[in-house]
Amino acid sequence: MTTEIILAGFGGQGILFAGKVLAYCGLIDGKELSWLPSYGPEMRGGTANCSVCISDEPIGSPLVTAPNCLIAMNGPSYHKFVDTVKPGGIALLDSSIVEETCDRKDITAISLPATNMATKAGLNGAANMILLGKMLAETKLFSFAVVEKAMEKCIPPKRAHLIASNLKAIQIGMEQK
Amino acid sequence: MAVVFDHPKSLLDVSTHFCPGCGHGIVHRLVCEVIDEMGIEGDTIGVVPVGCSVMSYNYFGCDVIEAPHGRAPAVATGVKRVNPDKFVFSYQGDGDLAAIGTAETVHVGTRGENIVVIFINNTTYGMTGGQMAPTTLPGQVTQTTPFGRNVETNGYPIRVCEMMATLSGTALAQRVAIDSVPHIREAKKAIRKGFENQKEKRGLSIIEVLSTCPTNWGLSPEESMEFVKDQMIPYYPLGVYKDVTAEEGKKA
Amino acid sequence: MKGNEALAEAAIRAGCKCFFGYPITPQTELSAYMAKRMEKSGGVFLQAESEIAAINMVLGAASTGVRAMTSSSSPGVSLKAEGISYMAGSDLPAVIINVQRGGPGLGSIQPAQSDYYQATHAMGHGDFHILVYAPCSVQEMVDVVMLAFDKADQYRIPVMILADGLLGQMMEPVTFPEPRTELPDKSDWAACGHGGKREHHVINSLYLDAPLLEAKVQERFKRYAVIEETETDAELYCCGDAEIVVTAYGASARVAKSAVTAARRKGIQAGLFRPKTLWPFPKKELCEATKHAKQILDVEMSMGQMVDDVRLATECRLPVAFFGRTGGVIPTPEEVLAEIEKLAGGAE
Repeated sequence: MTTEIILAGFGGQGILFAGKVLAYCGLIDGKELSWLPSYGPEMRGGTANCSVCISDEPIGSPLVTAPNCLIAMNGPSYHKFVDTVKPGGIALLDSSIVEETCDRKDITAISLPATNMATKAGLNGAANMILLGKMLAETKLFSFAVVEKAMEKCIPPKRAHLIASNLKAIQIGMEQK
Repeated sequence: MAVVFDHPKSLLDVSTHFCPGCGHGIVHRLVCEVIDEMGIEGDTIGVVPVGCSVMSYNYFGCDVIEAPHGRAPAVATGVKRVNPDKFVFSYQGDGDLAAIGTAETVHVGTRGENIVVIFINNTTYGMTGGQMAPTTLPGQVTQTTPFGRNVETNGYPIRVCEMMATLSGTALAQRVAIDSVPHIREAKKAIRKGFENQKEKRGLSIIEVLSTCPTNWGLSPEESMEFVKDQMIPYYPLGVYKDVTAEEGKKA
Repeated sequence: MKGNEALAEAAIRAGCKCFFGYPITPQTELSAYMAKRMEKSGGVFLQAESEIAAINMVLGAASTGVRAMTSSSSPGVSLKAEGISYMAGSDLPAVIINVQRGGPGLGSIQPAQSDYYQATHAMGHGDFHILVYAPCSVQEMVDVVMLAFDKADQYRIPVMILADGLLGQMMEPVTFPEPRTELPDKSDWAACGHGGKREHHVINSLYLDAPLLEAKVQERFKRYAVIEETETDAELYCCGDAEIVVTAYGASARVAKSAVTAARRKGIQAGLFRPKTLWPFPKKELCEATKHAKQILDVEMSMGQMVDDVRLATECRLPVAFFGRTGGVIPTPEEVLAEIEKLAGGAE
């Protein structure tokens, strides 16, 4: 089985990082995986997205054009990708930022005010992790134990203090009904 | 009887292709005398340019690399960085060093690359038949400035030593000439100082040598020496433009 | 690990002692990794003032017998062409990486494969070839870097790894081989100071005597003939009974592979031929792969460059269709599948 995921939003929201955590989950869980970022001339702001493939077989094209799962953290990204989600797939949006609601009936659309939730929980900037947590809960792709190990790989020792807060945000996302 | 004058050991015993009255022969000899005196031939790697001295790999007894046009300082950088204990020098003409290779020249200065650059300024592209060089004097007739170098259309000559002296990584920037015996002695001292700087890891040493090109100047060898003295030296004053050892001396 | 970083780590493990580069997207992570790691592993990292200077620093370092490398992306590789030609003419080994982007001119910074002609047919002026590898995964980039240094030394030629922005930027799991401890002895030609113990060595590409230059070039082409005979490599996927063989290299081969797999599920007898060496082009392998083929579909991230070599290799005995996206656009497996289906439909 292959799960293809697109994560998209503004630069600075931790889109690429969330994708990286997901990719490392795959690595730890013994899956085939690929992570491909979009890259542009801007260093700050602008849009950022990445394609992540998790599979039991070797991965062909690492560029995801029809995802099973979309995490959209801003309006433009939502508009750009929502129609590409495969029927039966999942679209997760940060409703603190994305104003629209999804009218596609053939996919599961989940709106979560992730940015507001993160602020309320004292986890500024961890909306990406809340959404990732929710995605993992919905897809059952990886267990929390796998995410814990992946997080340690993704955060350099210098910033080890951030591991706990990121995991807390994942947990908040996972526990969302 | 003591031998007071001999062929330098590190200058191979072959005839050169240089024209009669050309300055390259003198400067080659000076470089090799310094290499011999310091006993470093086996530890020296020369980098030669594109231009009249392109075939100097046939004359220098040390290992030699022939570089693309203008790139000798970059090639020398590559050599020196992986062989920091060897002596590395580049030998370049004015077109090579101050036109097509200006960036490479400036940046060995900015990096303080620990090499010696021997720069032959004879105001012309010799090998291609005497075209305007970056150092061609205002008004000077060349194949591509048949009515004399017009600074309004051809720009002004570059004073390389003055420019290189402004760079923090330059240890020595000195202009010398080969138009007289005292000047030739001075030139050798400067080259020696350059190699000593390299030994002491002081940074880039560039020695600009005002040299001759009788063939393309249309002058006899004697007249060429006069040209250096009367035309070139007034425009390109001889002297030390930067010398970190002298500055250190002053501070002490 | 990112492809660009994997290339750098592999080079260090291959015994590369110096890296000279200049920043350009999308290969910059390679330089940044070298800056972090090269000195710690006892090597030299230097950011040059230009691509031209960088390749000439490689020329200088390689002349003294050490393993040297530079990397760039398309516009920068054009600037390196001069140095690569000089190195070929001076019989110097080195590894050059091109993480291709869209062109011509400044083009785009997105992945492309439009430097195939340059790499395989015209990597500078003069009569020469360079060995060109085309990896298609992060792991293969690692493997090919080790191989590239070995082959460069074995044949005393510059070797290029032709990657692209997709491979450079993507992250995949990778395992690294043990670092090389024994490197080839180059003391019979390297210019690293004769120590008074031998004749001086000259590294040079100038031969003013025409017959002498001709002899030099002919000698080099004898080496090229050996390379053509022994160094070609390709991956054949589902080619055994394939009626439609898709030819693609690098990133577009990954896309094509997905399309071929999908075509097989639909009952179309498709296969993939992926050259791992672009020069020499694996002609024998392609003929083997197309034994039962009725048609070939060449897929590239360009307007069609390798397709010429595909036609030459098969001596035009099969119809060769082409599908390409260019300018930084990456083809999708669906697009390629549609092309395969078109051909399959047409053949019936």
